[in-house]
Amino acid sequence: MSQHMAVELTYLVSAILFFWGLKRLQSPATARVGNLIAAVAMMLALLATVVDNQILSWTEIIIGVAIGSIFGGFSARLVEMTAMPQMVGLFNGFGGGASALVAIVEFMNIGGKVGLTTHGVSIMLGVLIGGVTFSGSMIAFLKLQGWMTGNPITYPLQKTLNAIMFMAIIVLSAMIMGVGGYSGSPMTLFWVVTAIALVLGVTLTIPIGGADMPVVISLLNSYSGLAGSAAGFVLMNMVLIVAGALVGASGIILTMIMCKGMNRSLANVAFGAFGGTAGVDKSQIGKRPVRSADADMVAAELGYVHSVIIVPGYGLAVAQAQHELRKVGDLLEERGVDVKYAVHPVAGRMPGHMNVLLAEADVPYDKLFDLDEINDEFENTDAVLIVGANDVCNPAARDPNSVIAGMPILNVDKARRAIVMKRSLSPGFAGIDNDLFYMDRTLMFFGDAKKSMADLVKAVRELA
Amino acid sequence: MGETMGPLLIGLYVFTLATLAGREVITKVPPTLHTPLMSGSNAISGISMVGALIVAGRAEGTAQIVLGVIALAMGAINVVGGFMVTDRMLAMFRKR
Repeated sequence: MSQHMAVELTYLVSAILFFWGLKRLQSPATARVGNLIAAVAMMLALLATVVDNQILSWTEIIIGVAIGSIFGGFSARLVEMTAMPQMVGLFNGFGGGASALVAIVEFMNIGGKVGLTTHGVSIMLGVLIGGVTFSGSMIAFLKLQGWMTGNPITYPLQKTLNAIMFMAIIVLSAMIMGVGGYSGSPMTLFWVVTAIALVLGVTLTIPIGGADMPVVISLLNSYSGLAGSAAGFVLMNMVLIVAGALVGASGIILTMIMCKGMNRSLANVAFGAFGGTAGVDKSQIGKRPVRSADADMVAAELGYVHSVIIVPGYGLAVAQAQHELRKVGDLLEERGVDVKYAVHPVAGRMPGHMNVLLAEADVPYDKLFDLDEINDEFENTDAVLIVGANDVCNPAARDPNSVIAGMPILNVDKARRAIVMKRSLSPGFAGIDNDLFYMDRTLMFFGDAKKSMADLVKAVRELA
Repeated sequence: MGETMGPLLIGLYVFTLATLAGREVITKVPPTLHTPLMSGSNAISGISMVGALIVAGRAEGTAQIVLGVIALAMGAINVVGGFMVTDRMLAMFRKR
């Protein structure tokens, strides 16, 4: 068996292991091993590559890998779980950037003489997708990190200008490949295309608001995979194509789940700067009477019943009150109350974010239920405790005339008692009032989530 | 044409089938693991390191080598950071 054959077979084993690793992510019980299997797959692919190629000097390899490993390792160790969306956003960008650079270096290696070939098209696709992913992800990172405004940034002719840039990339790419008899320096045009792709990544991302970032980072995740596949086509390297396709598929699936959770189409997220509440009367928001309660009353409502469902929203994470919430849940269970947690798909700032935050607070994963699993249980539940969530439990979604009509919501208003812990009656991202707050069966527990939760822990402990 | 179609078609087959098979596997990942799925796929997209090693290995100019090393570093951030942070998260998921 030739060495090349052995290397290709190693790539095949690596691709199979990637699949196997992802398959083990289908259950929290096996997921950790799955991640390890994927890491082994990556090691195998890298070792095979190093063996097979007249590669860089070891010094150069070590420099690159050391810089990346130190930065990556420290980030992985130090990142707060609330900041996972930013980290994933940043990493999407590095994935896209690395793939774009692979295409760029290949283009330079062959002196820009591509012609209209698969090779040429793949290189241009790699630069386009990789470039857009890189700069778009940097904007998403800055927005999520709060280093840049989370509000949509719009200007006249935005979409037209984006379309023109996209067309320019196609025309220039064709010219680079010799279409139309262009005989100037392909290198110059290539840098222009690279620059336009980077600008396009920025202009496509800035009009998207902070609340839509879960969709954007999922989509960029998908792009980072597609950029990897494009790099795979550049080199006709099968393990790159397979791994890129897996990431591309994963990202697009999550994108669709996030869109569905917000009841928005992908086109609407990408092009419609959200906040379309014009025509809705905002003057009456928060003006109707509510029943408010203090910690002792809430404790009594929760401590003497059979079943409680807790609905955590992003407000909980912002207040860092997950640990206090878990203590409340534990204390109620000690009293014999059946406690479950209902997690809406867009409860956090990225797919599955709230689940990680609760896992970090030691809430067992078999107590966490997603919307489809738990929505029919609310009507047989004694009390619901909603912490820092708003739009995801607004019954207006059932009204066909509402701006959030059709958005999947948790049926908290069907429970016998709803307790809403919130700072004020201010509206959520949708900008509309929430009828839940004014229902007879609802108690409003106003205050900062962390302090209120601490008070509630104390109050539940003091129950007879 | 015949000579270049061969590898392209194989590549397209591989890409399409991997996407379809990937969809089957990933649709069954429960929502509770979607964040680790994303950070894990960050790590997998670090596979560009393989591409970086190949192209930079062929490179002759200094510029290409520098860009190749940058690509390698970016990929390594994803691989090391992605797998480590995913492991850190998955370690927190526990049953009662």
